[in-house]
Amino acid sequence: MAEVSLKGIKKSYGRVDVIKGVDIHINDGEFVVFVGPSGCGKSTLLRMIAGLEEMTEGILEIGGRVVNELQPKERGVAMVFQSYAIFPHMTVRENIAFGLTIAGASKQEKEQKVAEAARILQMEHLLDRRPSQLSGGQRQRVAIGRAITRKPAVFLFDEPLSNLDAALRMDMRMEIGRLRRQLGTTMIYVTHDQVEAMTLADRIVVLKDGQVMQIGAPMELYHEPANRFVAGFLGAPSMNFLTVDVLDLDGEAATVGNRALEPIRVATRRRPFRKDGKAILGIRPQHLRAVQSGKGMLHGVVAHAERLGSETVVDLTLRDDRELIAAFNEDKIFQPGDALELAFDTALAHLFPEEG
Amino acid sequence: MASKLTLSNRTGWTFALPGFALIFTFIVLPFFFAIGLSLTNQRLLSPNPTQFVGLENYRQLLGFAVVTLEPERDEAGEVVRDEAGEIQYPRLRAITRSDDYPQYRGMREWFRWQSGENVMVVIARDVVFMKALVNTFLFVLVVAPVQGGLALMLALLINQKLRGISIFRTIYFMPVVVSIVVVSLLWRFIYDGQNGLLNSILQGLSFGLFQPVDWLGDPSTALPAIMAMSIWQAVGFHMVIWLAGLQTISPTLYEAAAIEGASKWQTFRYVTWPGLRNTAVLVLVVITMQGFALFAQIDVMTNGGPRDSTQTLVFQAVERGYGKQDISGGSTISVILFAIVLAISLIQRWLTRER
Repeated sequence: MAEVSLKGIKKSYGRVDVIKGVDIHINDGEFVVFVGPSGCGKSTLLRMIAGLEEMTEGILEIGGRVVNELQPKERGVAMVFQSYAIFPHMTVRENIAFGLTIAGASKQEKEQKVAEAARILQMEHLLDRRPSQLSGGQRQRVAIGRAITRKPAVFLFDEPLSNLDAALRMDMRMEIGRLRRQLGTTMIYVTHDQVEAMTLADRIVVLKDGQVMQIGAPMELYHEPANRFVAGFLGAPSMNFLTVDVLDLDGEAATVGNRALEPIRVATRRRPFRKDGKAILGIRPQHLRAVQSGKGMLHGVVAHAERLGSETVVDLTLRDDRELIAAFNEDKIFQPGDALELAFDTALAHLFPEEG
Repeated sequence: MASKLTLSNRTGWTFALPGFALIFTFIVLPFFFAIGLSLTNQRLLSPNPTQFVGLENYRQLLGFAVVTLEPERDEAGEVVRDEAGEIQYPRLRAITRSDDYPQYRGMREWFRWQSGENVMVVIARDVVFMKALVNTFLFVLVVAPVQGGLALMLALLINQKLRGISIFRTIYFMPVVVSIVVVSLLWRFIYDGQNGLLNSILQGLSFGLFQPVDWLGDPSTALPAIMAMSIWQAVGFHMVIWLAGLQTISPTLYEAAAIEGASKWQTFRYVTWPGLRNTAVLVLVVITMQGFALFAQIDVMTNGGPRDSTQTLVFQAVERGYGKQDISGGSTISVILFAIVLAISLIQRWLTRER
């Protein structure tokens, strides 16, 4: 078990900067998820921690030890890959024992540790099979088995569930959560799937273009996003953004509105706004309520509705011809063309400066 | 892309016909012809009618026997020795020309060894063929592992991201592009006994201590010299096959091995080599077949000499069929060669099968 500390990490390929100075401190036993759109550098960051990729600048510490110059095997990390990376010519047993074979462990020790890993992952009956006889989820469990037998200080997961189908992904997600509670080891997990991030993480690191956008607990990020990118990235359907006019400004709140929105007061959260300027109002689809005519602050017409059973997602065209998504947590019938008035708790809305 | 053209069976066969016709005329037909001719006494040009001789040709080629020569003894029963004390034996022709042993008639000595006071002599009906057989096997046994191994080493060396690596790839591959006849001619100069390149280099390196060797003129060095040249010539080709195999191995497997702490050797042992299993079978089978087909080098460099030390099966087949106009003899050698190569390929496949 170990802390992991990234200080001013940078990575460039030639003149292209991929990671532009990242500082993250990961506590012992913490489960941290790196999340972001593809190309944000999250996998590169993970591979630098593993030692598969060199850093251009910065200091990386694992367990209080600077590991910049160390080989992957000397860093005490284990990694699970998106493509499983299990050896096709070895049985499950040999795959799980691979790290021990390499280290020259005794047969007895190998057997004992393989049995333990198999028990934790509930795959005792698969030990003598070859990878080609396994399903995707089972293969990934073999890869996880190989990782846990060596008792590494830090686990690294590089999009481990991305090659699995939706149902299996949910099973494996829960399994990883269970494993995490069982082992209590520091884990760093990379994904582009925000559901995985929200459900697994102690803390989420949101990355964009090689920079950290925000670090925090899942609910902190969900309820108090630091910027428009984080606000839009987490949550499904994603947050609505409306361009609004700043009508008035006082110490902690601004009065905003536009053709479709009656003036409301929203907290500025110390972000800079200009009176008579523009601002972006963010409202989560789930925070919108349909209300009787005359009581709402947003006016629109139903363009399209999706009934999911547990939820009804409505696509509206607002009075100023912009689109808005609303999600109601009940099964309701809407017809395209219905006029709809919506209300929301202004304390749950976010106001962002226009450029970011 | 279903169209009338691709769906029509007749169109398909029409397109395939030229290829089939060529394969049939030049490969299938001669193959069965060879088997047929090997059972006759057909000659290239002969006024006599062809006769069916059954397996006589095979008996002629493959027939061999071991005879024991006992020492000559005087009246007292003592072993006769010459002045140097060497035991005297009767001459072999006393047996091979004797009417007492009609089964050995016409056979000649292949090799002999001492066994106590006696001498065991292996006599063969066709000693040149036997030498060709042994030389061919020797050639394959040396060339297959050495060429395959060297090619793999080169492939591992050039399978890295280095500046200018393609220059090395080109250099290693270059001999493959040059015709084997041209290569053989060039290497004749290299191996020249008077002022060949090899002798000059060895003399230069040893400050004149090295005595020049007539590499192709000495029975003990001629075949090894041809082996070395053959290995050099085709190693680039097999390097490319290995390289193709190496590049099918997923890079994440190497990363996983690196994280698990595998050393370079362990990575090769557990990741690279198992990933090359199918390539290894291919390379081995191809080298073996090419080895058994050894001809051009011999034809250009030594003509089977000196003293039959570089005779090979294919060279003998051609030599007999066209040189001596003995078509049936040449065909018989071809059929024997086919049987050998088939058997070895099957054994190799079985040994390298997926377990």
